[in-house]
Amino acid sequence: MSKADAAAAILWVGATFYALFGGADFGGGFWDLVAGWDERGQRPRDVIQRSLTPVWEANHVWLIFVLVVLWTAFPTAFSAIFTTLYVPIALAALGIVLRGAGFAFRKSIVGLRERRAMGATFAISSVLTPFFMGTVVGAIAAGNVPAEGNGDAFSSWIQPLPLLIGAMFVASGAYLAAVFLVGDARRGDHELERYFERRALGAAVVAGALAIAGIFALHSEARYVFDRLTEQGLPLVILSLLCGAALLFVLVRGGRRPLRPLAAGAVVAVIWGWGVAQFPYLLPTSLRIDQAAAPDPTMTIIFIVFGAAAVVVLPSLGLLYTLAQKDLLESEH
Amino acid sequence: MPPLDLLPLAASESNLLAAREQMAFTLGFHIVLSCLGVALPATILVANYLGLRKGDGAALELARRWSKAMAVTFAVGAVTGTVLSFEFGLLWPQFEHRFGSVFGIAFAIEGIFFFLEAIFLAVYIYGWKRLRPWAHFWSGVPMVVTGIGGAFAVVAANSWMNQPQGFTLNGAGEVIDVEPLKVLFNPATGYEVPHMILAAYMVVGFLVASIYAVGMLKGRRDRLHRLGVVIPLTIACIATPIQLFVGDTAAREVADHQPAKFAAMECIEKTGTDQTEYLGGICTKDGVKGAIGIPGLDSFLVGFSTDTEVTGLNDIPDDEEPPAHTMLHLAFDAMVGIGSALLALGAWFGFVWWRRRDLPRTPWFLRAVAVSGGGAILALWCGWIVTEVGRQPWIVQGYMRTTEAVTEAEGIWFSFGLVLLLYAGLGTGAILVLRSMSRRWREAGSAEVESPYAPQTEEVA
Repeated sequence: MSKADAAAAILWVGATFYALFGGADFGGGFWDLVAGWDERGQRPRDVIQRSLTPVWEANHVWLIFVLVVLWTAFPTAFSAIFTTLYVPIALAALGIVLRGAGFAFRKSIVGLRERRAMGATFAISSVLTPFFMGTVVGAIAAGNVPAEGNGDAFSSWIQPLPLLIGAMFVASGAYLAAVFLVGDARRGDHELERYFERRALGAAVVAGALAIAGIFALHSEARYVFDRLTEQGLPLVILSLLCGAALLFVLVRGGRRPLRPLAAGAVVAVIWGWGVAQFPYLLPTSLRIDQAAAPDPTMTIIFIVFGAAAVVVLPSLGLLYTLAQKDLLESEH
Repeated sequence: MPPLDLLPLAASESNLLAAREQMAFTLGFHIVLSCLGVALPATILVANYLGLRKGDGAALELARRWSKAMAVTFAVGAVTGTVLSFEFGLLWPQFEHRFGSVFGIAFAIEGIFFFLEAIFLAVYIYGWKRLRPWAHFWSGVPMVVTGIGGAFAVVAANSWMNQPQGFTLNGAGEVIDVEPLKVLFNPATGYEVPHMILAAYMVVGFLVASIYAVGMLKGRRDRLHRLGVVIPLTIACIATPIQLFVGDTAAREVADHQPAKFAAMECIEKTGTDQTEYLGGICTKDGVKGAIGIPGLDSFLVGFSTDTEVTGLNDIPDDEEPPAHTMLHLAFDAMVGIGSALLALGAWFGFVWWRRRDLPRTPWFLRAVAVSGGGAILALWCGWIVTEVGRQPWIVQGYMRTTEAVTEAEGIWFSFGLVLLLYAGLGTGAILVLRSMSRRWREAGSAEVESPYAPQTEEVA
């Protein structure tokens, strides 16, 4: 494995964490959005708020990690992506601002009207942000980002495949969130537990349907990725299907364990399947990983930083999650 | 150095202006919040420590309130910081394209600090009720370290833009080798980093103190308000004299290594010895109008002798001259002026405290403290204007012009307009939320000023 390939793998690890934890936080916003009017939605909203409050900022840092690794290790890919897909990227950035501010403000104010406005801001932007991020990923997979950058600002992402991937991002975030929230609700409330189980089931079905539609779209719009996904990437696709099916089975049977690992497994397998399918390209099929790679000493720093993340950040994150899961952190001001 | 001047201009002047305005505005907004991220944790922990050590309920209550306020400012800072990392690609894609592999190193390191700060901030902010008091205190300590580490990394990246080194270019101007340590520890790192960290402590100290000074002027003279002035003001007043020393060193370094910036900020038209130090005024080609001039002082400040030669704008090629000399000059003077006034305020406070262990009794002291927070922020902005506008027309001094870095994308003026609206809402929202929190605390009154910690079974029966 070359240094450049290793750096690309680190990029994918960061993206995986972001998709799992950041994605679930966006999904929490989705369920907040569809929880219904004030009183009816109050109890699920409380669970969502309690579970997001202490962790969402730390989860958000994975996005910064991905961005920084991308521009440091693969600067030409970064500029090609940003000069082509600046419209959905800017919209995603807008969504990030509104989501974060809406969430932080909502729990710190008392007036019902203001709370409602902030809550709506948080919830709507929680849906739009992953959608636009998905279109960016879809446009890259479809080969619509030329290596030299400055591709078409609109037709690069307003295509069936990028839009489908956008919808898939929203659905899989909702799916992860619902599964995580089953566990958070479980600590005390059976009715809410059922509530999120039903939603996890629904989201899983929708995400699965979108994934199948996505495979057809890949076939027509992203042939390179499709071919490799159905050959080298096939084991991962099957793994994802198995995880998804097992999760459905457990949910329908009303089983208890192991919901979270299965949900995460289904998503992680898709992300790495995509990675395998793109290999050796960062931008299929115009820019290879080695063509975009920064000089070796820069890569060494990326490895050191990643090592530090593994040794220091992951245990700290583990501590945060443990404290949060043990209800040692409050969520109200 | 490759013949970069032969490269075509990448984008229209209009895009450049819009992109620069948007960057300046979003940076100016974020920098205040990042000061809070860097220096508020230490301020909070001082109050927390005093509270635990001396069993002082008011100090603990202050620590708890400040941490709740920090939850809001950190959330806003996290998103405005994210906007900045997006803007590197959205506004300056060619800068990343060419130099991302060099200065990105600093940001990769910053990522780790930001991660740890976000994690321990969450543990500390939300751990008041259920963690043991001293465990809770220690969970906050990593925030102080990571705040300083993060500031180091980000400012090192900016220092590198001012005094770039640690990379090799090939004939086409592409980076083919990088020396990470030289990038991180470039010559400007040594003065820019401490200058910014001290600025953060000054901004936070004076800002928090000013809020409680306003409360005291309104007649709220309880222990909580007095401590709310004394703790942050002490921190700021310790940072200020060190800052003036660091700033003075920084100015000399700028004179030596960034002569165009220095000449513009000091309005020096002609190279020579015996340069006059101008205070205020308008810079013109025929000298400074309407300024107070102190003959020879500028040369003296640069080299401790009036015989020191200082480069003037006449020796800077026209196409490498920074714009807006008067603005740079006034921004620099304002920064130094405010810094000196804050030093005087600190001396006043320090003297009275030394004699009487008390705040000066005159309301003029509280009025001065009440405006010191705004003053410190203004000085911070002025300093960044000098650093950033003074480097123009370069984005990487001597290697890449800002015109080469800017995006060709359309609609930058539109995005700037949108950002103005968005941030106006963000700023208003944050202030309203903080005010409503403060009102709630006041209404809850002294009932809450017992201990923010839940009774510990073994300590409280």
